[in-house]
Amino acid sequence: MIPPNFEYHRPATVDEAVGLLTSLGSEAKILAGGHSLLPMMKLRFAMPEHLVDINRIPELSGVSVVGDDIVIGAMTTENAVIADPILNEKVPLLPEAAKLIADPQVRNRGTIGGDIAHGDPANDHPALALACDAVMTVVGPEGARQIPASEFFLGTYWTALNDDDILTAITVKAFPNGAGFSYRKLKRKTGDWATAACAVVVALSGGSVSHIRITLTNLGPTAIRAHDAEAVLSGQTVTDELIKQAAEKAMAICDPAEDLRGDVEYKTAMAGQMVQRAIAEALSRAN
Amino acid sequence: MNAPVKTPEERQAELQGMGDSRLRKEDARFIQGKGQYCDDIKLPGMLHMDIVRSPIAHGRIKNIKKDDALAIPGVHAVLTADDLKPLNLHWMPTLAGDVAAVLADEKVHFQMQEVAIVIADDRYIAADAVEAVEVEYEELPVVMDPYAALEADAPVLREDLAGKNEGAHGPREHHNHIFTWEAGDKAAADDVFASAPVTVSQHMLYPRVHPCPLETCGCVASFDPIKGELTTWMTSQAPHVVRTVVSMLSGVPESKVRIISPDIGGGFGNKVGVYPGYVCAIVSSIVLGKPVKWSEDRIENISSTAFARDYHMDGHLAATEDGKILGLKVDVVADHGAFDACADPTKFPAGLFHICSGSYDISAAHCSVKGVYTNKAPGGVAYRCSFRVTEAVYLIERMVDVLAQKLDIDKAEIRRKNLIRKDQFPYTSPFGFEYDSGDYHTALEKVLDAVDYKALRAEQQEKRNDPDSPTLMGIGLVTFTEVVGAGPTKMCDILGVGMFDSCEIRIHPTGSAIARMGTITQGQGHQTTYAQIIASELGIPSEVIQVEEGDTSTAPYGLGTYGSRSTPVAGAAIAMAARKIHAKAKKIAAHLLEVSESDLDWEIDRFKVRGNEDQFKTMADIAFAAYQQPPEGLEPGLEAVHYYDPPNFTYPFGIYFCVVDIDKGTGESSIRRFYALDDCGTRINPMIIDGQIHGGLTEGFAVAMGQQMPFDEQGNLLGNTLMDYFLPTAVETPAWETDYTVTPSPHHPIGAKGVAESPHVGSIPTFTSAVVDAFAHLGVTHIDMPHTSYRIWKKLKEEGVQL
Ligand SMILES: Cc1cc2nc3c(=O)[nH]c(=O)nc-3n(C[C@H](O)[C@H](O)[C@H](O)COP(=O)(O)OP(=O)(O)OC[C@H]3O[C@@H](n4cnc5c(N)ncnc54)[C@H](O)[C@@H]3O)c2cc1C
Repeated sequence: MIPPNFEYHRPATVDEAVGLLTSLGSEAKILAGGHSLLPMMKLRFAMPEHLVDINRIPELSGVSVVGDDIVIGAMTTENAVIADPILNEKVPLLPEAAKLIADPQVRNRGTIGGDIAHGDPANDHPALALACDAVMTVVGPEGARQIPASEFFLGTYWTALNDDDILTAITVKAFPNGAGFSYRKLKRKTGDWATAACAVVVALSGGSVSHIRITLTNLGPTAIRAHDAEAVLSGQTVTDELIKQAAEKAMAICDPAEDLRGDVEYKTAMAGQMVQRAIAEALSRAN
Repeated sequence: MNAPVKTPEERQAELQGMGDSRLRKEDARFIQGKGQYCDDIKLPGMLHMDIVRSPIAHGRIKNIKKDDALAIPGVHAVLTADDLKPLNLHWMPTLAGDVAAVLADEKVHFQMQEVAIVIADDRYIAADAVEAVEVEYEELPVVMDPYAALEADAPVLREDLAGKNEGAHGPREHHNHIFTWEAGDKAAADDVFASAPVTVSQHMLYPRVHPCPLETCGCVASFDPIKGELTTWMTSQAPHVVRTVVSMLSGVPESKVRIISPDIGGGFGNKVGVYPGYVCAIVSSIVLGKPVKWSEDRIENISSTAFARDYHMDGHLAATEDGKILGLKVDVVADHGAFDACADPTKFPAGLFHICSGSYDISAAHCSVKGVYTNKAPGGVAYRCSFRVTEAVYLIERMVDVLAQKLDIDKAEIRRKNLIRKDQFPYTSPFGFEYDSGDYHTALEKVLDAVDYKALRAEQQEKRNDPDSPTLMGIGLVTFTEVVGAGPTKMCDILGVGMFDSCEIRIHPTGSAIARMGTITQGQGHQTTYAQIIASELGIPSEVIQVEEGDTSTAPYGLGTYGSRSTPVAGAAIAMAARKIHAKAKKIAAHLLEVSESDLDWEIDRFKVRGNEDQFKTMADIAFAAYQQPPEGLEPGLEAVHYYDPPNFTYPFGIYFCVVDIDKGTGESSIRRFYALDDCGTRINPMIIDGQIHGGLTEGFAVAMGQQMPFDEQGNLLGNTLMDYFLPTAVETPAWETDYTVTPSPHHPIGAKGVAESPHVGSIPTFTSAVVDAFAHLGVTHIDMPHTSYRIWKKLKEEGVQL
């Protein structure tokens, strides 16, 4: 449970950080909250020679409103997400779901950016980002670029980030007026990753569904958006029967890995349960 | 001005004696982070030890290459079994009469077994050196299932025992067989079963779990080559026994070995045994002449130090048609892992498992336990009941439920019918235990009334009738008897040392006191409760009584703290030592008051002259006189030592009740209600009892609902971190309701029975009883633990009731 030696760097600006990453190459890793990286280092699954600590770059944390956009700094901690008034008002799914991540100690340091950049399908923010149509701001040696969440998650521990890229911000839009939302996460215990989880955002217009997102956590090599399930409900007046059908469509695209949480059959069935419960809860909150 | 005269009630209250919920004396330092645990000990020049462990469960060691590790700057030594051989320390005796490898000698027998150690300047270098030691293995076939281990052609696990047909507990019938131990009367039980109108049988597995104390195991060994003295700080629940073992192994005279158990962050049986890590740290310190520290990490703790349970049990009950139990038979195959390292009294290789006739009046019974080697870690000591009472209670409580179901009798009713009646105590069980006292029926009715049992059954019936109900509802009931306070030396010893315990009390001239004990607290609050016993016995306020334990150089010899033995054994030693002081104090008081002893009455904190209220001497007055000018013929001073050999065990009992709601969609269960009534005899500190019960129930909840050490067929332990291993937090822990009755032990000086393990022993079968009950209308009679959502969901599906 002790990592091998490494060098520690603490840049003060994003440019300095990118410079360090470029010069140190693939042996360097960004250190954000450290709650995914350090456990892997302690188990010696990850053995970076350099850690570039971006905790002291002030412009990377905090939530701001820029025009129509809500910009969440990558280094905003889970607890800051939970407490943030802007998010609670405009994208309440994020603070509510963040409460289901890990435990208070981890949430004190773990960051939304780290949770996304890690590329772990078990992490909750990737599916939340998909549900919120988030756009990632990434800064590399060539400058900044924007990557939509739908193009960001490429595989397990694999994202659109290059070794010398920094994810600096996650941008989302306020939910449509009267939107309902829900995040249902089945876990074995406090602090556990999801056995299966589902995020839903839904808006109604004249009683039928005008906007819907259904996304899944830990049910495949990446977070998944369940397009077919959304299509079942889109434009419809939702009934119990339609919810069941949507859940079946979502289950059909699940490809979970068996582990101590359960086998493929169980996890897929749980996906169905979480989808149904999340849709029902989101609808009950929509108006 | 004279201070106002205090009323007897005020004086009584000031003592904070027995029955007072005084706050824990320990907590002030713990909650301020001022505890002193083993890993807090830092000595000048201290080196650090780390362990190279086997990645495989069974194999032959072909080669160990140390060079790369030794080449790392700051590495002092790399030791293997070959290095320990000349000292004859590559194997060590276990407390169960077997031997265990200190460092793997030619073969590894379980994953994470200790293969080599490295000693380095700091733990970081040590960790790097561990990586750099290269070990080459030839893999051997792995045996994880104890039944498979007993097949004729099963691989030989313990080659070191070749030709040894006689084990510590009788003949060995097979190369992987350790012992077969029997109790009760087989012929009588067979007779009853042959003619009984009804019999039921049930197979059940009590899975291998781990107590996972917050503080892992470790030690700091410091040998002074000039004085020839060895001091070792160690996370030990039994420091005196460890001193004896260390002296025997090292050849250092026992007088020059000092074991200190500092603050201990939970033991639960995990810290009873002597582990290879301790032996290696001590050897290294002796060889290098420097202090050496070893601290386990979490994975090492869960993987290699004492596990609990792993009992595969077959229970059988014989009964009449109307549910009167006539006979009990039990057959157990006990998976002890690679070495038999249990810590039971010598004569009882299955501990006190023969308490398995439980709280029931059964005339004929027999049990047999077969110990077996497999490729798993040794242990079997833990947890929160070292002596297999947990397994025994689980067995009998499950069987009584199974019988009730078969006969369609309510589970409360069948218990009413079979519980030992109050007028039957002292009651001799069919296995020969003499239950000291109990009043089971009163306690049972108290609980059933408190929870409104009838209404719950009605609600359950409604849910069962409604196929659309999103939940299944189950009701669990357990009426258990514990056996603690090991134990009478005529029956119980460890390594030949009788299982007495001890206390030494000194009253200082100004009336405060210190007590030193052979036990060692690990969270039980001894420093608080022991003082209360003295306060009540001697009239000295608890606040000025210091309690010290754990340092073998200052404390009297005792067998330590496990098996809920501290209050039944050491608590009795305190009362007896205090009574010796009381007797001497009375002589001094008589002298001071110039009356005869028979003219004196004791009242709270003083001796009074009968009939003359104003003539008295307080214990403080007497203490001073004892040091000033004692009466002729008496030695000065006021102190006493007592070694207490209990005449019998004590038999705490409890009635536990649980309501569970199971989500038919996910298999999640939620404990709606858990009501625990405990009778531990005289209650010393009700707040501490409640705390012990809350802790025990929470650990019971953990075992029943989630803890299990999952292995694959190659012997890999799959869940050895806290990511997978279930330690409940406040979030998932149910709200506990506690209650009590008081039936004092007639043979214990203060009537106390011990409580810390009851909630663990009693709650685990209660959860299973509730979960099974949720499925009972579908004909299900038993479901093995752990009752995780995943496993329950599979059961829902099997029964066709999942949503
Ligand atoms: C006990 C425990 C339980 C947990 N449970 C959950 C859970 O239920 N749900 C969940 O979602 N997570 C869970 N986590 C993970 C936790 O949320 C982590 O904090 C998160 O996954 C990573 O964020 P971090 O800030 O700690 O990143 P770090 O651990 O510091 O970094 C993670 C990875 O991302 C890279 N990285 C970090 N920030 C950036 C950036 N801005 N740009 C580019 N690369 C970057 C790092 O180099 C590293 O490779 C748990 C962790 C623990 C220890």
